[in-house]
Amino acid sequence: MDYVPALARWVHLLAGVMWIGLLYYFNFVQVPALKAAAADGTGAGITKHIAPRALLYFRWSAVVTWLAGAALLGNQFVNAFTFQKGMGAIGIGAWLGTIMLFNVWALIWPNQQKILGMKPATDEEKAKARRVALLASRTNMMLSIPLLFFMAGGWSHRGTFGL
Amino acid sequence: MTNPLESIWGTIISGVILTAILYWAALALLH
Repeated sequence: MDYVPALARWVHLLAGVMWIGLLYYFNFVQVPALKAAAADGTGAGITKHIAPRALLYFRWSAVVTWLAGAALLGNQFVNAFTFQKGMGAIGIGAWLGTIMLFNVWALIWPNQQKILGMKPATDEEKAKARRVALLASRTNMMLSIPLLFFMAGGWSHRGTFGL
Repeated sequence: MTNPLESIWGTIISGVILTAILYWAALALLH
């Protein structure tokens, strides 16, 4: 069954690139673009056609990334999450990824549904939703930096960082 | 003090600082 971790690693990387790529798209491109568009009233196309599609791939690639990561850990799953010997680095990565998945589904997606009009919300609720979604997205962007440091462990990390 | 997550650069710098903190935590867990 050696092909299971090999395929899981591949899928984990593919889905992870999509997830974090879209996270960086939101933070580096869409948020500033919507701010600029608000000034001249041209944001409707982004919120109607782009944001819902980006969010669709964003939230589901997050799920696939986590599941493939869990499959890759296999019988080391509990050892990683409980930081057993030799699993400290990947354990931190696994916890960061799990917190980020929670942020996507519990904070970003429900609030984006209100912002984009997929769920009914008053203007006041939308303003609050914007704030929560932005801070959750920024939190995930911040967490992605140590996440990738710990996830991308290999010979260079062992040699240079002692991990 | 403003929330560092208000800006992209504040977010990136926070992420790098968090990486350093967690790195030392990981070393402590390993040894």
